[in-house]
Amino acid sequence: MFRKWLLVLIAVMFATSAFAAKDKNSIQVKGSDTMVNLGQAWAEKYMEKNPANFVAVTGGGSGTGISSLISGTCDIAMSSRNIKDKEVSLAEQKGINPYEIKIALDGLAVVVNPNNPVSKLTIEQLAQVFTGKVKNWKELGGMDSRIVLLSREVNSGTHVYFKEHILRKNNPDSQEEFVANALMLSSSQAIADEVAQNASAIGYYGMGYISSRQKAIMVARDDKSEYEAPTIENVINGKYPISRPLFLYTNGQPQGPVKKFIDFCFSKEGQDIVLKTDFVPLNK
Amino acid sequence: MRKTKEFIIEKLIFICGFALILFVALIFIFLLKEGLAVFKTVTPFKFLFGRNWYPISEPAKLGILPLIVGSLLVTLGAALISIPIGVACAVYISEVAHPKIKEILKSGIELLAAIPSVVLGFIGMVTLVPWVKSVFHLPTGLTALSGSIMLAFMAMPTIVSIAEDALYSVPRHYKEGALALGATHWQAIWRVMLPAASSGILAAVMLGIGRVIGETMAVMMITGNAAVIPQSILVPVRTLTATIAAEMGEAVVGSEHYFALFAIGIVLFVISFAINVTADLFLHKRQQ
Repeated sequence: MFRKWLLVLIAVMFATSAFAAKDKNSIQVKGSDTMVNLGQAWAEKYMEKNPANFVAVTGGGSGTGISSLISGTCDIAMSSRNIKDKEVSLAEQKGINPYEIKIALDGLAVVVNPNNPVSKLTIEQLAQVFTGKVKNWKELGGMDSRIVLLSREVNSGTHVYFKEHILRKNNPDSQEEFVANALMLSSSQAIADEVAQNASAIGYYGMGYISSRQKAIMVARDDKSEYEAPTIENVINGKYPISRPLFLYTNGQPQGPVKKFIDFCFSKEGQDIVLKTDFVPLNK
Repeated sequence: MRKTKEFIIEKLIFICGFALILFVALIFIFLLKEGLAVFKTVTPFKFLFGRNWYPISEPAKLGILPLIVGSLLVTLGAALISIPIGVACAVYISEVAHPKIKEILKSGIELLAAIPSVVLGFIGMVTLVPWVKSVFHLPTGLTALSGSIMLAFMAMPTIVSIAEDALYSVPRHYKEGALALGATHWQAIWRVMLPAASSGILAAVMLGIGRVIGETMAVMMITGNAAVIPQSILVPVRTLTATIAAEMGEAVVGSEHYFALFAIGIVLFVISFAINVTADLFLHKRQQ
């Protein structure tokens, strides 16, 4: 937690100093909280190789990144969801053309405390848990205690993805919502911390945040399919059912220093960093 | 020459004074302009008393009753904790404490006021939240109570310093008269000093509460932010301030969600304005 805040703080400091000395070689990257560690790793390596160029990475959520792109305060928006039609039309009004670049894949892990005996669930069960139809762990074969639901805030691409693909099962007409008593936490790390210390909590976030202090649930598409763990292999071969693409958005086709940075992200070195930060590379 | 200098300075000060009022008016007008737009899509009654807050769904459900109740519950809890402790502390400092201890206590309280709220929130998250969870055997420690305790710490410096001021400004001879008539020290404080300073103490309490209801960062970190109408103080709540802070980044400018957040701003403005006016009334009553 502290480390991440420090990173954000440093990023803000750098961002402001870069803003003060606005030169053409500095790139502002902003958006998805899921991708902020990945973005940081890219930026560090890239700056090591190109000391003349400066890349500042900040989080805040996919929506925050896209609205910054629209208002012209960042060069690249990181997003863990597709841009919405509403956002595209708003951007066009302001003379910005969001250009979508699929840069990596992410498996979405559902996590519980390591002391929780429940270790596998189907998508249907997950939907019932997060919409509040199943309230107690014993209904899922666990201990007799209330399920504490942890969700990200509405500015999170992960929140939107989980709602559309798990709660609503890709059905655009569905009206399912997160049950109102789900706790809304402001970052993936906050969910990781709460799950680590709370035996009856369940939460979700990008695979990169799984550590030994949480247990990742094995998920099956339905009760006839196999339960699969959220591993890089299972995301690549499509066995793990909850995975999503990660995007970078730029204003028009990338050019100049922005293009150079994005090319670096696509290079073998860039995609190795994807793997190292526990995301799934594209070209494999 | 001296006259023109005088004239310029006078006008400058005049402009500074009025600029402040102008800024407040502009902020209020902006808030109204953006906030009232939400009532094109939702009636004021449904907005204030709706029980569902799902701002990004289609169609959006914009009912802020859970948020209002959440804010009030956290504030009430903080008031119940901070008022007795704060007033007792003020009495001790102004009436009982030795001058040396008084100095130490006063600077300690100023130090408490200087801790940034995000730091208090962080401390609360790693110490208070697990404690509340284990003491009350709750499924989670991210509750209204945790928020109340943390906010009580934030309200206390305000309450103590203003209440102490009020007690100090009670004329000395009130107390001396009471003691001369044979009252004990406690009787003099309870029956004479506190009633004499009551309006100032009430003002202190109101200002403390005003600080609590507008606090954002700490509550966002430790109250859990679940938008349900709480049945007790031991469940998660979502406050008005935390909602604005958490969602403003996402809200598409010009969407109903965006306008709704401004409308929440108006509600907050009205609440804290009412509290400040009440505090002001008490303060003026005291001066008369």
